[in-house]
Amino acid sequence: MGVTHTPLTSQSSEPHRWVIARGLGRSYGDAAQCSGGVVVDTSAYSSIGLIDPVTGLVEVGGGTSLAAIMRVSLASGWFIPVSPGTRHVTVGGAIAADVHGKNHHRDGSFCSFVASLTLVTPAGIFTISPDEDAELFWATAGGMGLTGVVVKATLRLIRVETSWMETDTERCDDLDAVMSAMEEADHNYRYSVAWVDCSSRGKHLGRSVLTRGDHAPIGALGLANATSFIDIPAESRVRVPFTLPLSAVGPHTVQAFNALWFRKSPKRKCGAIVPLTSFFYPLDGINEWNLLYGRRGFVQYQFVVGPQHADVVRAAVGMMGPAGIPSSLAVLKRFGPGDPGPLSFPIEGWTLALDFPAGLPGLPPLLDRLDELVVGVGGRIYLAKDARLRPELLRAMYPRIGELEAVRDRVDPDHVLQSDLSRRLGIGQKVPS
Amino acid sequence: MNNAFNHPQTVVVLGGTSEIAGALIDRLIANRCRTVVLAGRDTDGLVHATRRAEARGADIVRSVVFDALENDKAEETIAACFDAADAPVDLVVVAVGFLGNAGADLDDAERIAESITVNFTWPAVALGVVARHLRAQGSGRIVVLSSVAGIRIRAANFIYGSAKAGLDGFALGLAESLRGSGVQLQVVRPGFVRTKMTAGLRPAPFAVDPDSVATAVMRGIERNQPVIWVPSLLRWVFLGLRHLPQEVWRRLPG
Ligand SMILES: Cc1cc2nc3c(=O)[nH]c(=O)nc-3n(C[C@H](O)[C@H](O)[C@H](O)COP(=O)(O)OP(=O)(O)OC[C@H]3O[C@@H](n4cnc5c(N)ncnc54)[C@H](O)[C@@H]3O)c2cc1C
Repeated sequence: MGVTHTPLTSQSSEPHRWVIARGLGRSYGDAAQCSGGVVVDTSAYSSIGLIDPVTGLVEVGGGTSLAAIMRVSLASGWFIPVSPGTRHVTVGGAIAADVHGKNHHRDGSFCSFVASLTLVTPAGIFTISPDEDAELFWATAGGMGLTGVVVKATLRLIRVETSWMETDTERCDDLDAVMSAMEEADHNYRYSVAWVDCSSRGKHLGRSVLTRGDHAPIGALGLANATSFIDIPAESRVRVPFTLPLSAVGPHTVQAFNALWFRKSPKRKCGAIVPLTSFFYPLDGINEWNLLYGRRGFVQYQFVVGPQHADVVRAAVGMMGPAGIPSSLAVLKRFGPGDPGPLSFPIEGWTLALDFPAGLPGLPPLLDRLDELVVGVGGRIYLAKDARLRPELLRAMYPRIGELEAVRDRVDPDHVLQSDLSRRLGIGQKVPS
Repeated sequence: MNNAFNHPQTVVVLGGTSEIAGALIDRLIANRCRTVVLAGRDTDGLVHATRRAEARGADIVRSVVFDALENDKAEETIAACFDAADAPVDLVVVAVGFLGNAGADLDDAERIAESITVNFTWPAVALGVVARHLRAQGSGRIVVLSSVAGIRIRAANFIYGSAKAGLDGFALGLAESLRGSGVQLQVVRPGFVRTKMTAGLRPAPFAVDPDSVATAVMRGIERNQPVIWVPSLLRWVFLGLRHLPQEVWRRLPG
């Protein structure tokens, strides 16, 4: 790709020179930050190879964005196998967080579609796959950049006939209703996700809108769309013009917004044809939507608990209203079995993603209580979205973290690879007893 | 590292035996802080403060002994604190200070020099060294305990007040010079605080206790307030007091 790689080594003899890779910076916390160290800009590794017309395999640079890949791949009927809620993430970031999409219950996470990758580490350059140095490969899957810089990866794309989605939407009156609807019929859909209103109380607690679907086959498109089976997504033009001095997202605005949105959704609507971008990446429609949260920004929280622990999801949703804490976007999903990555987030069960304006009083202790609930049933939180976990809980949530640390000792004996996240949580460092 | 709520995990407190420092350390430990390095002069006080921090749940508490009259050792003291922390230092609190008695001290040149050294010179020298360490680290926060006594100087404590005025100005200037470095500096301006240092003095209006100072500082840290007044109302009170004619100022209580 015209770029020569050299092993990562300490740039100077100074004692503290840490290195971490950064993609598009879409992780919410401090995973791609490295105070006092070197942050590797991966945007130079943005190549896209030819797509194998039979297998859908394509070699791409670690800094290539999913948006760029799909602009190229859709034209020949291929699509990204796992899409997070934004397409503006890099392949390296998607591997490092082993990202999941609305199809996890069926297809697993991003790294299940990575055939091989090239990793630059302090100990040298490795090309690895699930068959070749599986240990290093899986430690890299979800490893938050702590095993090296992914400069190249071969992905397995999926076939699509159109750039449209065929979706079924239903409105559920409470949390139990949506959870049983998902348990009963998620297996009939490739994609499934529910949007839960956490600001409602009483009998409306957890009312939800469940959207499920699959890529629309050509036959499903009406005549109106018949000339544009494949519509290459353009970049959004809507943007939030400036940072608001105060958050536009407060208890009342959230409640009003959620109520409005809930009523606007149909009780039940089957077979709606929608563009792929609005199905997968609703927030990408507004550039810099995060500015809506005002100067102090916001905090994301996402956890997963086993399938038998629906009660933890119920408790989490129930905690918001009484604490006066609005969560504008609560997204509920079911995960299928996880992959072998020791730090990969998804495990089989329920996952709930919440976001909050950061300045809310009472938020830090509330999230600490949520952690306790989650860890109490063997669940965990998503590190790509974390910026506040108590370090003591990390090892209970990710009991296999020692495997990642052992691999890291092999490829990075001097612990050059560190991020603010790894230092905050003590990954690869001694833990005080 | 600091978390999303600006709660630090590793803290160095210069003047770690003071009551305000103690109350603040309690709060910090309740909010994630795991490693505390206490620097102070009084070894008994350090032992006591160490026990207190351990009892509140800190994992690692270390102490460093120093004397704020020894400017030439500040460099060494700060280096010892950073070594003792053995991790990136997220927060350095500068709570060194000594009130003294302006009336009695005035006749004693040495006492004047001591007060200025403890309240201004040593903290300023130390701040310079701390800033250098944190800059190299690329992150961190400094909280400097100033006082409203330095905002409008009064006869009752003008030696202390003038030293605090110097420190306040130094700290604000340093805060500016740290912009863009990843290091933040915040100044705390408490009013009259009821502590052993002020025991026996008649509390001025708007007097607070060390706990309220700690609460306000915690909030100020969470919100990145450049200047934290305690109570917050003093910001507006002093906006007026600063411009009062001296004849009126002299007659005010407190
Ligand atoms: C609106 C929105 C919606 C989202 N929805 C989802 C979702 O549905 N599912 C989901 O799983 N996640 C979701 N995320 C999180 C996001 O997918 C992950 O944080 C992802 O890692 C971001 O990729 P990035 O390229 O921006 O990486 P960055 O944020 O820059 O970095 C993230 C991590 O990846 C590492 N990294 C980056 N590039 C490389 C590389 N080349 N080699 C090695 N390590 C590297 C970094 O060191 C860091 O640890 C969402 C984020 C946003 C903003």
